[in-house]
Amino acid sequence: MNPSDSSSSPDPAEMPTWFLRPQNVRRVIAGLAIACGLLVLVDLVVLLSGVDLHPHFGWERWPGFYAVFGFVMCSLLVLVSRFIVRPLVMRGENYYQRDEVSDFKSENQTDA
Amino acid sequence: MPEALPPSLIFLVGAALIPFLRGRLRQVFALAVPVVAFFNYYLLSRGVHWRFELLDFELILGRVDSWSLIFLHVFTLLSFIGILYVIRDNNPLDLVGGLLYAGSAMGVVMAGDILTMFVFWEMLTVGAVLCLLARKTVESGKAAVRYLLVHLFGGGVLMAGIVVHIAEGGSTAFDQIGLEGVGSWLMFIGFGINCAWPVLGAWLTDTYPEASIGGVVFMATFTTKTAVYVLARTFSGEPTLIWIGVIMAVVPIFYAVIENDLRRVLAYSLINQVGFMVVGVGLGTTLSLDGTAAHAYCHILYKALLFMSIGSVIYRTGKSKATELGGLVRSMPLTCLFCCIGAASISAFPFFSGFVSKSMIMSAAADGGHVLVWLALLFASAGVFHHAGIKIPFFAFFSHDSGIRCKEAPINQLLAMGIAAFFCLFIGTFPDSFLYPMLPNLASGYVPYTFGHVLDQYSLLLFSALAFTLLMLAGLYPAEVRAVNLDAEWFYRRGGAVVYRLADRILNSLNSAVARIVQGSVIGGLTRFFESGSARIACLVMVPLWRLSGRDEEQIAQGRVSLAARMRSDAFPVGVTVFGAVILLGLLSLVYYTAFRRG
Repeated sequence: MNPSDSSSSPDPAEMPTWFLRPQNVRRVIAGLAIACGLLVLVDLVVLLSGVDLHPHFGWERWPGFYAVFGFVMCSLLVLVSRFIVRPLVMRGENYYQRDEVSDFKSENQTDA
Repeated sequence: MPEALPPSLIFLVGAALIPFLRGRLRQVFALAVPVVAFFNYYLLSRGVHWRFELLDFELILGRVDSWSLIFLHVFTLLSFIGILYVIRDNNPLDLVGGLLYAGSAMGVVMAGDILTMFVFWEMLTVGAVLCLLARKTVESGKAAVRYLLVHLFGGGVLMAGIVVHIAEGGSTAFDQIGLEGVGSWLMFIGFGINCAWPVLGAWLTDTYPEASIGGVVFMATFTTKTAVYVLARTFSGEPTLIWIGVIMAVVPIFYAVIENDLRRVLAYSLINQVGFMVVGVGLGTTLSLDGTAAHAYCHILYKALLFMSIGSVIYRTGKSKATELGGLVRSMPLTCLFCCIGAASISAFPFFSGFVSKSMIMSAAADGGHVLVWLALLFASAGVFHHAGIKIPFFAFFSHDSGIRCKEAPINQLLAMGIAAFFCLFIGTFPDSFLYPMLPNLASGYVPYTFGHVLDQYSLLLFSALAFTLLMLAGLYPAEVRAVNLDAEWFYRRGGAVVYRLADRILNSLNSAVARIVQGSVIGGLTRFFESGSARIACLVMVPLWRLSGRDEEQIAQGRVSLAARMRSDAFPVGVTVFGAVILLGLLSLVYYTAFRRG
């Protein structure tokens, strides 16, 4: 580990890189929204044109099935993790340390 | 053409020689080992090689077929990448650990019988422990002990299973076993511990984040994937595995969302990905087994890539927690790029490796009509994108600027990541180039790139990303918190503490009681005995004789004193010593004679 490196090479301009500039973050989000809209559109076109995409299950070809599934399940994942799982399993950072043998106690803060 | 060597032998000899080398020579030698192994790989011919007789068992060191070859190929490739990644620090623990680990894993996949497999299986643990110790912190040392204890237990269960299996009349053949009888169940569970099954696999997320930055690359590769390989050999088509795999794929993603340590997030997603492979083994069709082998190959590379990219962040900043990182794209743009390639691969974006392997397993589940399994795996796919695909790069390299300014990763780490990233892209874009032809059933005619599949995958992934973005903007995404999230390791970490305290009470009080008795009475008695006991015995014999010969009490007292002095200084006339020795020999021969006459 070279923690000393973290303070080196100060950037003279100190301008945020492209990805960290607020207006670019907005552009990325807008791009994502447009891409999502296009995918739904393609899905509809496929459905209306009657092209057979060989789905395993009929409902795979409901318009926007994958889109809705991805969006809803990911939202659920985050909400369940935050409001159900975290209250159940989260403990203090030193939860396991309090059980430890006394001769380790003085040293256990050394790890960065 | 020269003869091929057992691949495990190359690595084990390499590991054994590392401690004797120094400096540049050690670096060159360590890198040369996987290179030699790679040439050796192409000398291997299919069939069974290197058989030995041991007692009544036949040990087979080399069964070369499609299954062992594809795992051997990726293990060799990965060991080169891993050694290259750690070569700059030249830490002998990393190098010996990595080579020993690789050799053991290759020993398992090349084994042709269960006993050989078991020996190498146990050696995997040694490699992993070295990779943990290589971090050289107090926490990593403690994690190494926990790792060792869990895997010794797992090895014990497997050993018991093998013994019972053979006693029940089973053969030592390393082939399909199936779940019948106690022996096979014990083996099943023994494999499951290494495969990080639900509850049994808590050691993985507990210890991996404590390993050295290079050590974890080896750990993420060898233990769980050899377990998948062994399961595919012995329990393929076992329906229990389908549901074990589904739980592995689904449950860890909830933990990953709230976890702060980025290497632990990767450990959760590792279990999620191994879950897909276990489902593939459980389905047991030609397509699903091909999917398992392909997914193992791809997974090893992108998981190593992700661990390496976060490892480089740790190397430069000393930090691995989401709360302490962010904005590193400025300082480490190449590491960020490689991390994103790994993230896209694990998320199965089209043209990245996960896309061409994971979909085989999902397709096999759908072909078998397993609707629930298929839906669960689809959820797991969206979930892994969510936490490994977005969260890892986002919190390390983007998010808010943590203010950290550091150097880009060193050249050897960038090269290692670059090679892994190249394979992720190459396999993902050209699956027919070398991955599919290597599969046991040649991919069973699977075609990953259809218009429908690409469209569906993009829909799933981009809308998952949209959900992440909106939840982030709405402030609903769980804030990163420095915390411990309880998992099944609670049973041995807290339970272990309780056992420790109980053992402390019982054994230490026993210990001190015994100490009191031994030190207080026994040792004192023995000391007195050895100091003056022989003189006393001699006096007991001599005093009556002196009395009989008519000596008075004063002479007898003098006799006692001189006897004691002689005893202490061993000053006896030679005649007395010889006399004593003859009596002793006589007694010994008497004992010997009577004992053996009766016997």
